[in-house]
Amino acid sequence: MAKLVAVTIVVIAIISAIPILRHTWWMAEDISTHGAPIDEQMSETMAEAGISFLASQILLAYFIWRFSGSRPGEKIKHLPGGAKAMVWAAILLVGTEVMALGIFGTKAWATIYFTPPAADAMPIQVQAGQFAFYFRYPGPDGKFGPTHPDLINEGTQNFFGLDQDHDPDSKDDIVTAEMAIPINHEIHLLMHAKDVGHSFFVPELRVQQDFVPGLDLSLHFTATKIGRYEIVCTQLCGLGHYNMKAYLSVKSQSDFDDWLKKQAAQQ
Amino acid sequence: MKAGHKIAVMSSALLVLAVGFLYPGKNVSAASEGKITGTIKLDGTAPRQRPIDMSKEPSCAKIHESNPVHMENVVAGANGALQNVVVYVSEGLTGNEASAVSSETPTWDQKGCQYIPHVMALNPNQHFKVTNSDQTSHNIHPMPKQGGPNHEWNKSQPTGAPPFDIFWTNEEIAVPVKCNIHPWMHGYMAVVKGPNAVSDASGSFTINLPPGSYTVTAWQEELGTQTQKVTVGAGKPATADFTFKAK
Repeated sequence: MAKLVAVTIVVIAIISAIPILRHTWWMAEDISTHGAPIDEQMSETMAEAGISFLASQILLAYFIWRFSGSRPGEKIKHLPGGAKAMVWAAILLVGTEVMALGIFGTKAWATIYFTPPAADAMPIQVQAGQFAFYFRYPGPDGKFGPTHPDLINEGTQNFFGLDQDHDPDSKDDIVTAEMAIPINHEIHLLMHAKDVGHSFFVPELRVQQDFVPGLDLSLHFTATKIGRYEIVCTQLCGLGHYNMKAYLSVKSQSDFDDWLKKQAAQQ
Repeated sequence: MKAGHKIAVMSSALLVLAVGFLYPGKNVSAASEGKITGTIKLDGTAPRQRPIDMSKEPSCAKIHESNPVHMENVVAGANGALQNVVVYVSEGLTGNEASAVSSETPTWDQKGCQYIPHVMALNPNQHFKVTNSDQTSHNIHPMPKQGGPNHEWNKSQPTGAPPFDIFWTNEEIAVPVKCNIHPWMHGYMAVVKGPNAVSDASGSFTINLPPGSYTVTAWQEELGTQTQKVTVGAGKPATADFTFKAK
C-alpha cells in the first residue's frame, strides 16, 4: 500500500510538471519593450519552484517507499542531530531561494517602474470607474484641462468632469472609450480612479497596475506589435467587475493619427 | 306626504346626487370627452449629440456598426420638433383623475445597449415591464432623489433573463436611470399624476382628459420645464404648443 502511495505521488508530480514544461498555459505573447526581464523572471521562478517541487515530491516518495512498514524488532532510526538540523537546512535553502528571486525580481520591476518616461512619451490619461475605463488625450495644445468631479455626468458623456466652456485647456481634450496608441512610441499613462480601487491589466503588454482612489499613478510602456488587445480590471470592484474592460488598439503612426483626428471630430 | 315617504324620497334624491357626483370621475370614457394636442419645438440649434462609443461591449457595438447611435439628451428633428418631452397636467385635475392609475403596462427595454424608450411617463403605482433584448447583462439602476418618497433600486438582468414587473409609488419628475455596466446608457422615468404623454419624433403629443381648466407642464431633461394654462371644452380639442429655447 505504501509503495502504491509513493508511486502515485511521483506520477502526480510528473503529470503536474508536464504542462508547465510544455508551456501549455503560458503567458500571452509579449508586445512590449520592457517585457523580456519580466518573462525571464517568470521562467526562472517557474523553473526553480518546479525543480524544488519535483525534488521534494520524489524525496517524499522515496522515504515512503524505503521506510514504510515495520519489521519485527527493528529499531527506529533517527537522523543525526534530530529534526532540528533538517528544519534549519530547509529554512536556509528556501530563504536563500526566496531572497534571490526577490532581489532579481525587484531589479526587473525597478527597471520598469523607477525609470522616468522619455521626454517625448505620449501622455494619455485613463480613468477607471465602476465599470468602465475612459481615456483622455490632451489634444493639439498638449495640455490636459482640469477635472471637476462635480461636473461628471455620464448622461451627457462628460466622464471626466471637464468644463470645456470655461477651461481653455479642456477645449481640445479628446475623450474616448477605446485606447489607441502608435506602435513603437512610448506612452506615459496617467492613472486615476473615479470611485473605488481598480486595476489596469494588459497581459500582452506585461503591464498590471492598480488604481488607488485618491492617488495619481503613472506607468510608461512601448508597444511593439500592431493589434487589438483587451484591457481588463483585475481588482474586484463591484457587481459589474466581470465586465469592466476596454480595448487597446496598437496602430501604425499614420493609422493612429487618422484615428485621433476622427475622435477629435466626434467630441 | 307621510313622514316615512318624505325620508324615502329625500334619501333617494341624495343617493342619485351622490352617484351623479361620483360617476363622472370613475367613468374612464369621460376622460376622452376632451383632449389637449400640441407640438413641442426647439428654438435655436440643438446641442451636438455626440456619437456613443460602445467598443467596450462588442455585441452592442456590432449592432450599431453601420449606424452609430448618438446621445439623446436633446433630440430635435425637422423644424426643431422636440422628442422625448414629458407633458402632464400639473394643476386642475380632480381627485379621482389625479389618483387614477393607467391600466397600460409599458415596457422599458434594453436593446443595443440603449434604453428604449429613452424617456417614459408613468402614473404612481402604474406597473411597467423591464426587458433585456441584448446578448449581454445589464443592470437597471434608477436613482430617485435621495431622501425623497421613492426608493433607489438596482437590479441585474442577464441576457435571456425573464422580464420583471415593477412600479413607482410616488410622483417624481424625473427619475434618472443608468446602467453601471454600460455607463453611456441613460434614460428617465417621469412619474406624474393623471393623463400624460411623451412627445414623439414629430414633437407631437395628445393627452385625453375631461373638459376643464388645466395647467399643463412640459418637461425636457436638459431644457427644464414650461407651463401654460389650457381650457378644454367638450368634444373640442384644445391646443398647447411649447417652444423650448436652446441653451
